[in-house]
Amino acid sequence: MTGLRYVYAVCRPFGTPLQAQLTGVGGDPPRLVPHHDLVAVVSHVPEADFAEGPLRAHLEDLDWLTAVARAHQGVIDALTTVTTPLPLRLGTVFRDDSGVRSMIEAREESFLRTLDRLEGRVEWGVKVYLEAERAPEAAAAPAPKPASGRDYLRQRRMRTKSQDDLWQRAETFATRLHETLCESAEDSRLHAPQNPTLSGASGRNVLNAAYLVPRAESEEFVERVDRTKDGVPGIRVELTGPWAAYSFAGEETGEKEGQ
Amino acid sequence: MTTPSRLPDPYGQGSGANLADILERVLDKGVVIAGDIRINLLDIELLTIKLRLVVASVDKAKEMGIDWWESDPALSSRARRDELARENAELRERLARLEELELGPRRAQEERP
Repeated sequence: MTGLRYVYAVCRPFGTPLQAQLTGVGGDPPRLVPHHDLVAVVSHVPEADFAEGPLRAHLEDLDWLTAVARAHQGVIDALTTVTTPLPLRLGTVFRDDSGVRSMIEAREESFLRTLDRLEGRVEWGVKVYLEAERAPEAAAAPAPKPASGRDYLRQRRMRTKSQDDLWQRAETFATRLHETLCESAEDSRLHAPQNPTLSGASGRNVLNAAYLVPRAESEEFVERVDRTKDGVPGIRVELTGPWAAYSFAGEETGEKEGQ
Repeated sequence: MTTPSRLPDPYGQGSGANLADILERVLDKGVVIAGDIRINLLDIELLTIKLRLVVASVDKAKEMGIDWWESDPALSSRARRDELARENAELRERLARLEELELGPRRAQEERP
């Protein structure tokens, strides 16, 4: 049987086997392709879905994309429990194992360097939401019907002002939280706010950050986030993780290769 | 099951993590390698137009002054930057006027033979 090789990650060889029932993209179990001191984690995927034409077409289909993204993340997640993986971007596909090995060969040094840098570290995601519509001041007291034009304008001004205050408070809160968390993290990245239709989260995302934290210090980091959670009314803090160090894996190799 | 080191229980991970969390990482982060199958994710209409690589309502957020991701790591809003730029321009103007005041008479003296 032929088939293409979908590559999830590159890591150092690890002793612990992956869960037996783990399936990856297209339902294929992740397999290991070792090369020197590194190992690529791949699945065999059909050309009918992953050759250039079909892959391009599939990527326009949100359901297909979602399934592949979850499968990809599932494998990376499983790897994170046994080793420190270097996650590759979704849709990295080679013709065969020897193509995968040449890729490792070409980038060996940079992979090893990045893996050294990330060894034993995980990523935590922290998001801050402004729950504007549920803010106590705005929602608690429905404004009385304006008696005059001047009243109407005054009410409108007050609403705008309280909205501005809320933004201000959210920004101050997010800035302070980010500074605090940076103290307990080795590195951090600020990402753009998330699309609410995709995340399904209520409120507006005002901080979307990732923190690189040693495993051993993760508990402390999580506690630190937890302590901020019920600080300010109208503001919600969400923590996700531990993730593989997705947000910290890219730049070094990315910049050098220029693609 | 063995784990290399103790980790707190996952938060919103796996199937619980929201779709945006996952897409943002698998599509927009991680190591970029050109495989044998060459697909540029930026050519994918769904990703660029509908998902905008997960980042939506950027324009709206910018309108509201939330654009710190552009000026990482300062966390400063455009409003604040504009304020600084304005202040800077004002100071330059004042400096120029002061210099003129300083130089003006001197130049006048020099011109006087």
